[in-house]
Amino acid sequence: MQRQPLDRDQRIALLADMLLIRAFEERIVQMAHEKGRLPGMQITCMGQEAVAAGVVRALAPDDVVVTNHRSHGHLLARGVDPGALMAEIMGKQDGLNRGKSGTLHLADPSRNVLMTSTVVGAAPPLAVGAAFAQHYRGEANATCVFFGDGAAAEGSVHEAMNLAAVWRLPVLFVCESNCWAGAQAHKEHCPIGEIARRAGSYAMPGVMADGNAVEQVHDAARDLLGHVRAGRGPALLECHTYRMRGHGEHDPQHYVDKAELALWAERDPIALHAEALRRAGLLEPDAAERLRQIATAAVDAAVAFADASPYPPAAEALDHLYVNPLPPLAKEG
Amino acid sequence: MPVKSTGQAIAEALALAMDRDENVFLAGEGIGTSIHVNPHLPTFGLLERFGPRRVRDTPVSEAAIAGLAVGASCMGLRPVVEIMFFPFITLASDMLVNHAAKLRYLSGGLSAFPLTVRVKSGVFSAGCQHSHHLEAWLAHAPGLKVAYPSNPADAKGLLLSAIFDPDPVVVVEDMPLYWSIHGEVPEGDARVPLGQARVAREGGDATLATYGGAVHVALAAAEALAAEGVSLEVIDLRSLVPLDTAAVFASVRKTGRFLALHDATRFCGFGAELCATVAEACFGELTSPPCRIAAPDIPVPFTPAQEAFYKPSADQVTQAVRRMVRG
Repeated sequence: MQRQPLDRDQRIALLADMLLIRAFEERIVQMAHEKGRLPGMQITCMGQEAVAAGVVRALAPDDVVVTNHRSHGHLLARGVDPGALMAEIMGKQDGLNRGKSGTLHLADPSRNVLMTSTVVGAAPPLAVGAAFAQHYRGEANATCVFFGDGAAAEGSVHEAMNLAAVWRLPVLFVCESNCWAGAQAHKEHCPIGEIARRAGSYAMPGVMADGNAVEQVHDAARDLLGHVRAGRGPALLECHTYRMRGHGEHDPQHYVDKAELALWAERDPIALHAEALRRAGLLEPDAAERLRQIATAAVDAAVAFADASPYPPAAEALDHLYVNPLPPLAKEG
Repeated sequence: MPVKSTGQAIAEALALAMDRDENVFLAGEGIGTSIHVNPHLPTFGLLERFGPRRVRDTPVSEAAIAGLAVGASCMGLRPVVEIMFFPFITLASDMLVNHAAKLRYLSGGLSAFPLTVRVKSGVFSAGCQHSHHLEAWLAHAPGLKVAYPSNPADAKGLLLSAIFDPDPVVVVEDMPLYWSIHGEVPEGDARVPLGQARVAREGGDATLATYGGAVHVALAAAEALAAEGVSLEVIDLRSLVPLDTAAVFASVRKTGRFLALHDATRFCGFGAELCATVAEACFGELTSPPCRIAAPDIPVPFTPAQEAFYKPSADQVTQAVRRMVRG
């Protein structure tokens, strides 16, 4: 498959995306442990930034993204406003979804981040529906759906892949194999080891990429999107990476081997990519630090924006259920 | 007005919606090429007329069928998907209850899901994994709308309203009505609004609210009672969500007595909601306690005598009304 090599700006953009995601997630982690700062549980993609940046940068603006509970990276890479995202995580009125979503169910249709499902394994059938609409209208766009290796044990994922394949729908299935499903290790739920090999069951291409190597992820996503956009049906990309935190910040990872965690810390996707850029002579000695500062400033601004936003009024809980609301019930007595 | 079977009336609605709006498509198991050749089935002939792009036979995958509807509707299409039999809706329930019903709310009103699910109901000698009335489950999920027609004109009109409603609607079709109930059907885009009940028979002594095939049981009971000089008002709710409480309350205020009837089991059935709602609103005007007539709390039995025992009968209705009216 012919593929244009990435230019310097594109390679640096991947680094900048990952730095923004890292800075954002580090702030979430910090605030999650400040009592009363953030409502609810906080789930981050710390360590998985290369998957978000690498895949999302391969998408066109009109492509659709469907994601899951570990979604902050996908949204930030997609260009969603960090302030609106932070405000939503805080449940504020100026959040993406007026506080109705919180961290878990984010949607930004303006960026074609269409749906998020936190029911594990439910995102792929939703993505099949979105891809069907693209196919039905004869559009050249694709739908990209992110799910975890744990989700791959759900029957709904099989149904979605099967239907997408028999109808040759433009879906890029992206499995972020982060070694953990809750507190369950990969080998405890996945007898085949590599979920990408399941693609053969659906007669679609399946590719395993190093999920901590952002350019490898990006290249694989570009190749598979080429297949998908050519009308040749869906494709499956598995990105082998590691969940560097617990399932959420409420999970102290007592079941994780610290030596394994340390090994993966040495394979930090940001450090790996920055080093590759330096070796290629594309990154001046202090450029990475400058990019990191820009990311931190963006997160500072996002937190300030979110802090300044009020909570939506309690009575607004009654809004946004139906487009055509139910008529009021007849008065009693 | 032309007379049609309920199945033919539904087919007419589907064809009309597809003619009107390119965004409407059908998907389901055996909706194009079916093992059944029956001109009263609602999707009969539609594949031939509209082609396989818009009439899509799916694999046996209820979660994917419902996910297809949720995802495609979020993109602006108007999917009309079929779940073959009511109990199979449990396989689609995550997509309906956690996604179709909730994703608009979770988006803070940014997204919309104009999808329709048609599901076939009824008791038809197939046992309890093909027959199970789960409408109260659906009505209990905020974000869904639920319609349940009893006759050809309503089946057509409610389905048209459902398809063009901007929210997710489940339309429950009592399958035996497809071929057993014929009636006049207005031509063209004759929508019946969701949330508007119909007085199926006027009466002054008691009010009975019901829906779907049970409407015909209620009408038979009302006819028998009339011969005894008891006048039963039958309200066909037509949709459970939205619920036309105004029509029910107006009738109860006239008769002072209320009964709810359905083929679903009694405990936590929709009749419980109806009785509670009537009791709260019309307590002072009731001359006797509200009454539920429903199936016993068992799975639908297979063997014929037991199946007949399960299904609420006109006799049960007449007895209940007599007890209520004569004290």
